[in-house]
Amino acid sequence: MQPNQLANTLKIVSLVSVGKHPQSGRVRRADQDSRAVELGMKLSSDNLVVLHAGDPQEQGLRSYAGMGLKSIQVLEMDPAADAVMPLGEHLQRSGAEIVLTGVRAESGESSGMVPYQLAETLGWPIVPRVADIVSIEGGVAEVLQALPRGQRRSVKVRLPFIASVDSAAQDARQSAFGPASRAVMEVEVVNASTDAVRQSWEEVPARKRPKRLKVVKAKTAAERFKAATAKSQGDGGKVMKNESAAEQAQAILELLKEEGVLR
Amino acid sequence: MSDHNSHDVLRRDPRAEWIARNRLHPLHGTVASSETAEVRGPSGLLRKNPHKVGFIGPNGIKRIDRLKGNAAATGKGRRTGAAQDVQLPLHKVENPDFYIVVVPDMVGGRLTGHDKDVIGQAHKLAAGIEGNGAVLAVCFGQSKEEHFDTAGVDRLLLLDDELYEGYCPEQRLAALVQVEAVYQPKHWLFPDSVNGGSDLGSRLAARIKERPAVQAWQVDNQMSVCRGAGGTTDITRATSRLLMLAEECADQIDETRHEALPLELPVVPVVIAQLQDKGQVAVDPNAISLAEAEFILSAGNGIHNWDQFHEAAAVLGATEGASRVAVDDGFMPRFRQVGATGTWVTARVYLAVGISGAIQHMQGIGQCDKVIAINTDAGCDMVKRAALSVIGDSEEILSELIQQVQEFRTQSSAGGDQDAA
Repeated sequence: MQPNQLANTLKIVSLVSVGKHPQSGRVRRADQDSRAVELGMKLSSDNLVVLHAGDPQEQGLRSYAGMGLKSIQVLEMDPAADAVMPLGEHLQRSGAEIVLTGVRAESGESSGMVPYQLAETLGWPIVPRVADIVSIEGGVAEVLQALPRGQRRSVKVRLPFIASVDSAAQDARQSAFGPASRAVMEVEVVNASTDAVRQSWEEVPARKRPKRLKVVKAKTAAERFKAATAKSQGDGGKVMKNESAAEQAQAILELLKEEGVLR
Repeated sequence: MSDHNSHDVLRRDPRAEWIARNRLHPLHGTVASSETAEVRGPSGLLRKNPHKVGFIGPNGIKRIDRLKGNAAATGKGRRTGAAQDVQLPLHKVENPDFYIVVVPDMVGGRLTGHDKDVIGQAHKLAAGIEGNGAVLAVCFGQSKEEHFDTAGVDRLLLLDDELYEGYCPEQRLAALVQVEAVYQPKHWLFPDSVNGGSDLGSRLAARIKERPAVQAWQVDNQMSVCRGAGGTTDITRATSRLLMLAEECADQIDETRHEALPLELPVVPVVIAQLQDKGQVAVDPNAISLAEAEFILSAGNGIHNWDQFHEAAAVLGATEGASRVAVDDGFMPRFRQVGATGTWVTARVYLAVGISGAIQHMQGIGQCDKVIAINTDAGCDMVKRAALSVIGDSEEILSELIQQVQEFRTQSSAGGDQDAA
């Protein structure tokens, strides 16, 4: 069942970014990125490459290494610059077969566009919001996608591909201090174009969004009164009173089928 | 006496006057109908005939309507209120100068609240650009939506081919690229949601090389405010051409009706899909948290056979819920309670068995789409709320339902095998 034997020869790259704790704002490993590392370690503990584009001195990177990595590859560049071009070139050269990322970064613009732009430049398929990679056989991977409402969808995709890892994937293992400080940073200096558009943006701490007010657009006093006092009620549904139990059950079944909740 | 002023004399018909005075005369109607309540007298003054004012009520007493036709608005009984369907004014766009394209999620084939917010935002953007623009909605898959017009859709591009069924982002992307080429929209708006809007928007942005503004929650024609850094910062930036909008970004359309004219798209190339949809995987419904379950079977005081209830939930593949009474009596665990003190559920289909609907429970299911009630009391609040109510013994109906669902399952699996063979 475990895809380890087959995947051990695969080259898997997990892209990581520097995370930010949502409450305290402290630097940490990003939640989804660390899940991507965890998934990569599950698939191939030996051939996993963890890749970061930015500053190699960043402390947040050490907490990824603390998950038991021997080394982290870093493409050294200005953290605010556009990472897509250097990452794309590096992945093309390295012959990666599966690239795992988070869905959205926890710092910067956090648009979640990096996997899509990489897929577009490399010409690879992208599978968004992956919960698990079930099996890899004959160059085809079976991937479980996380859907809203706790559902899962199975998707088959041919290697190589890019997958963004959802928060529904397995939790990342604990990060230990010893391995974190022992890990090697393999630094490669690359050229990256500065993000000129972003210079003109104004960034402030998020302010609370105003709640939408319930505006009553009633013309008469009677309507206003009704709006203020009415209980929420459906528009008078169908009531089956005198039918037999079989007919009633039939009606319920029809509605369930129509809504598509029976699987 | 009558000769010298014969011209001034008003000729009277005493018989006609007598008939007009006598309401009971058989010819009264013919004489009286010629006169109205207010007439100009011979001197030009307005004369009111007090006998003609009002009407005779059902019990023979004269009634005078002093409300001048406003009486209907006060409502006679609860039927009239529901029957009043106000026709909203129609917003027409002929020969649009530009398009603003919205790609709604259409969860379950219907526009979600988020979709409607995005359409509202599209109209806000269109109003700020010179010329008359139309909001074009591109919808994929089978549509069950009936109110595109009141949601604010001016033009509708419905792609309900079999090609677009299921999970096929690459094929949908090809269609959107075609829309881009044909209509050259001023803006592309996507709901930034997990239901596929954000995925499709990101794919299109990468393909047409536009830099999207994501999680935008305050947008006008010049600037937009977006959430950045995982929702901890606000980025104020110039409004981009492709926008992925957060929920409640703008008010929904509610005061106008729109045309929702169907449009056609010239042929879209069939893409060789690299992603193969293998369908949804069975998930243990009771492992899903109650708050995000899609289909809930909920039990109340009217359940006596609990084994049967659990069996029904397993057969239907529904998450179990309960009312407060069922939890207090110890039949269900506390974390299964639906309502104000329990969980506020968001299920699309809520099947309430033996729950009469206390107000706290109704608050808990406020966001549910379709409610089905099985109850013995036809007058309870749950029946008033439900889209389908079934009045009868819950045990009998549940056993019938279990049997029919099992039959349906075996039929569909047999049909599937035949298709595969």
